[in-house]
Amino acid sequence: MGSIIFLVLLVVVVAWVIGAYNGLISLKNQTLNAFKQIDVQLKRRHDLIPNLVNAVKGAMDFERSTLEAVIQARNQAVKVNATGPEGIKQISKAENVLSSALQRLMVVVEQYPQLKATGNIGQLQEELTSTENKVSFARQLYNDTATQYNTKQQQFPTNLVAGLAKAQPADLWEIEDQAEKAVPQVDLSMKPKV
Amino acid sequence: MSDDTSLNLFQQQEANRRRTVLLVIGFVAFFAWLGFGGDYIYYLSTRDAPVTAYHHGFPWFGIALSVVALLTAWYAYATGPEKVLWSTGAREVVDPTDPQEKQLVNVVEEMAIAAGVPRPRIWIVDDPDPNAFATGTDPLHSHIAVTRGLVELCSRDELQAVVGHELGHVKNLDVRLMTMLAALVGAVALMHDGVSRTLRGGINLGGGGGGGEGSRGGGKKGGAGPLLVILLVVWIVSWILAPIITQLLALAVSRKREYLADAMSAQFTRNPLSLASALQKIEGADAPTTAIKRGAAHLCIADPLGRRLTAHEGLFADALATHPPMAKRIAILRGMGYAQIKKEGGSVV
Repeated sequence: MGSIIFLVLLVVVVAWVIGAYNGLISLKNQTLNAFKQIDVQLKRRHDLIPNLVNAVKGAMDFERSTLEAVIQARNQAVKVNATGPEGIKQISKAENVLSSALQRLMVVVEQYPQLKATGNIGQLQEELTSTENKVSFARQLYNDTATQYNTKQQQFPTNLVAGLAKAQPADLWEIEDQAEKAVPQVDLSMKPKV
Repeated sequence: MSDDTSLNLFQQQEANRRRTVLLVIGFVAFFAWLGFGGDYIYYLSTRDAPVTAYHHGFPWFGIALSVVALLTAWYAYATGPEKVLWSTGAREVVDPTDPQEKQLVNVVEEMAIAAGVPRPRIWIVDDPDPNAFATGTDPLHSHIAVTRGLVELCSRDELQAVVGHELGHVKNLDVRLMTMLAALVGAVALMHDGVSRTLRGGINLGGGGGGGEGSRGGGKKGGAGPLLVILLVVWIVSWILAPIITQLLALAVSRKREYLADAMSAQFTRNPLSLASALQKIEGADAPTTAIKRGAAHLCIADPLGRRLTAHEGLFADALATHPPMAKRIAILRGMGYAQIKKEGGSVV
């Protein structure tokens, strides 16, 4: 009798461990995938910027500094992305610089009605808006998924199998000046090779 | 927050898978009942017939109708999305040149990223009334259709919110259940019309013959009389009620999930107020969406028929309206939006 109860308990516990383990692995992969999505969108953005700059260059010769800031921020971001798994922190910092440079540029473009009048710019503006949205939605999805993953692996009783699943807290994508806030331990094994 | 919604999402997906299976089982069982019931009635009525007359022994009707129902369900699952889109006359946006269409494609791509699902195929329904719907069987095979009116009337943010709502339906598998239902409702209506026409002819013929046999059977004092009558009545009532039942199912299935899809849209866009203003615009243009027929009404973001009932809540409206009251949806979204603004330290205008 006692052995039967023991067996049943064992089966229940093993079933739970398998379920919790698989849940964590699935979340881990979702997090990685969400991170790749950001990367895809960032590449898109980097490819779009030269076109944009070329399109507005002629019309706004006297706004050289704004344009230069965009180009510089873009090149910096491409370089950081290429350095590989340096970590999400550097990438997000460089991309945030690029975001604000682009925002400034868009504000400037708004001030040139003759620039907006040429249909090309309208289209480029739409492209840029869309690209910026895509980047930020990809980031949002990554942060949501990563938060879910982090919560899961820290919560009792799932935290008991976190070691088994080699689960480590994933870094969130910091936005702007929140970088000072305490962030969880950087885990290099989590980062995909960029 | 994200943990709560994800739990909700998982439950909703499970519920939708289960309900779709139940719907198919119910559909097939109902037709099996119609078929085998008919067989049994026919069997009872020919049992006492003389040896030379026809005796109904093998349940041909039952087998035939069950097979037809199974094939219909399979066909509905395989081609449901196509049929729904076809019924609204939607055209697919493949390679947009028009800036508005380009924007629509961009917005759908953005929302697909936010929702973490593959980009659905995009369709435009040529109708001036703003409306939108999603169809498909799962996130890999999904379609989003918006009317021309929606594209023209809504700002970019509002369009995004509406698309987010539709992708909510896609992600939690509402589309599977709702498309299946639309296809089956259509199939039942079609079959009902066809079969009741032939049946009416059949009853007329059988009535003549049956009357003769009945008088003879009465002489023999058949014991199956009352049972036969009851069966016959229930069976005929089932036939009459079939389209009404499926219609009620379609109504009941779509109200609750609109709230959930609204919440998912707010989660994707982080901007519940833009969905609120989009809904207000859709509500404001109260012309019916003529391109979208009754069969697909429960798929839409707002009731395309512009029924008065939708504006009310209560027992009657709950039973007969496909959509929850717009005012309540807008109020809930505004609540979310203001809470968000407050949390971020802004002031409510």
